[in-house]
Amino acid sequence: MMTNQGNRITQGQFSFLPDLTDVQITAQIKYALSKGWALSVEYTDDPHPRNTYWEMFGNPMFDLKDPAGIMMEVNNCRKTFPNHYIRVGAFSSVQGVESVTMSYIVNRPKQEPGFGLVRQETAGRTMRYTIHSYASDKPEGERY
Amino acid sequence: MAKTESSTMKEGKERYKSGVIPYKKMGYWEPDYQIKETDVLAMFRLTPQKGVEPDECAAAVAGESSTATWTVVWTDRLTACEMYRAKAYRVDLVPNTGPGTDNEAQYFAYIAYDIDLFEGGSIANLTASIIGNVFGMKAVKALRLEDMHIPVAYLKTFQGPATGVIVERERMDKFGRPLLGATTKPKLGLSGRNYGRVVYEALKGGLDFMKDDENINSQPFMHWRDRFLYCMDAVNKASAATGEVKGHYMNVTAGTMEEMYERAEFAKSLGSIIVMIDLVIGYTAIQSMAKWARKNDMILHLHRAGNSTYSRQKNHGMSFRVICKWMRMAGVDHIHAGTVVGKLEGDPLMIRGYYDTLLDTHTKMQLEKGIFFDQDWASLNKCMPVASGGIHAGQMHQLIHYLGEDVVLQFGGGTIGHPDGIQAGAIANRTALEVMIQARNEGRDIWNEGPQILADAAKWCSPLKAGLDTWKDITFNYESTDSPDFVPTATGSV
Repeated sequence: MMTNQGNRITQGQFSFLPDLTDVQITAQIKYALSKGWALSVEYTDDPHPRNTYWEMFGNPMFDLKDPAGIMMEVNNCRKTFPNHYIRVGAFSSVQGVESVTMSYIVNRPKQEPGFGLVRQETAGRTMRYTIHSYASDKPEGERY
Repeated sequence: MAKTESSTMKEGKERYKSGVIPYKKMGYWEPDYQIKETDVLAMFRLTPQKGVEPDECAAAVAGESSTATWTVVWTDRLTACEMYRAKAYRVDLVPNTGPGTDNEAQYFAYIAYDIDLFEGGSIANLTASIIGNVFGMKAVKALRLEDMHIPVAYLKTFQGPATGVIVERERMDKFGRPLLGATTKPKLGLSGRNYGRVVYEALKGGLDFMKDDENINSQPFMHWRDRFLYCMDAVNKASAATGEVKGHYMNVTAGTMEEMYERAEFAKSLGSIIVMIDLVIGYTAIQSMAKWARKNDMILHLHRAGNSTYSRQKNHGMSFRVICKWMRMAGVDHIHAGTVVGKLEGDPLMIRGYYDTLLDTHTKMQLEKGIFFDQDWASLNKCMPVASGGIHAGQMHQLIHYLGEDVVLQFGGGTIGHPDGIQAGAIANRTALEVMIQARNEGRDIWNEGPQILADAAKWCSPLKAGLDTWKDITFNYESTDSPDFVPTATGSV
């Protein structure tokens, strides 16, 4: 179990809030659509802070403008990967941005073991640090 | 103001007779001048000495910031001198000054400079002309550089922010909300070990960044290597405890470039994602550090230490928006740019103008924000504004309203001074931020409903409740000294 306030990984926009309800997730999807952004659903069982590339649950939904349709994809992903981390992302293709504009977690494993810090003592007082995910000690598919 | 006839003397023998002639007649006043796309433009606020005409005064500023000296020199005739002369091309009376008002007459003087007057990629060279000699001239009683337009051709000779807002967010994996930070307090006196404790608690609690203060370098109570070592342990430990990318701005400001490079290299070797410098190290040192940061995958934070000595008073010095422009060109990734609601000087519209200057891809002329020129930013990266100084969680709705989401909100006292400890302070700030972004995205009117939104969240978040109770009545309502000269007027819809 993690020892921070919520005993959980705090990546994304809303990890300090109680888990978002489907109504609340839909409201955030509507906001992204109103800005003209494309929504995406991604999942992983390796939430290392520098694991950029979570698996895509299909391509970003550039042409889907219906919040209920996107919410359906979120729920399909939850059904397929009930014990993975799942996040909803939004992308802007506007010049000067062309990047992610929103990202928030909508599904988590029941137990979040978190990370250990591996310290390698080197010259002088210098230390080299490795953040190690306890879950990734196990093979893919058996982590949570 | 009605245009005055150009009174430039014709080129030739008469013009170059030894002696003194007015700047206007020397060719530095040209009301009919056609601005070229490649010209650098500057706009100054002039207060002429008694008896000096405003257009002569503007011509003097143009002259002394380009080719002129006090007397005629024949050697001008060896050069394409008409091109090298800066041209004052417009002088306007500043609203609410001069006859019929309580204020001494001031004028907005516009001056155009040919691009060949400047060395590419050098803020030092640009500023040695534009603010070099002119501010001490006797003919002007007071002078303030209000704004500049930098042509695309000249911008393209600058690196721009080493990392930029977009890539910083990608590296940090933080999107769609302001970043949160805090300055370690007390700013002086903590040992390295104690200092790192503050960093760890605040980062684990939920902040994205911690920060050295501007005057934390390498003093007897804490030498720089100790600070770096303890802080990086704190950063990594907090990162493991939360699963988030975290950082601490290591201030590498030092007495020489060599020492700054040494400190920055050490920060890099420890895995720091960000280093910090102070504005007082000077423009050239800033540009050098920006190049170093680009080369070493480092985010570069700039503290604007010292700026208020010349940016705060409205009649003399320079506007902070010009500093913002130069620093975006020089290549820093973060710059302190005001909070509106905190303890430091700042009118809401003027501060929005600074933020626009740092973040826009194209800025439109907006007089009510003090922006006097259109500016195409030529794809230079965006520079992240930092709001720091006397802000707390209870102001979250106001901060988001005024500053938007591309900003680092720094709650130093508002984190470390929390009655239940530093982690609780960080939790309060992060929860207030997330709940307010959620509400804004849901379409709620956070300006009016903000206090209620916070109060509702405080029901399930006790650190937020304790924070709100402690700081609920703290505001800093003083009048700004640097305020806009123009007010927006409502126009009927067509």
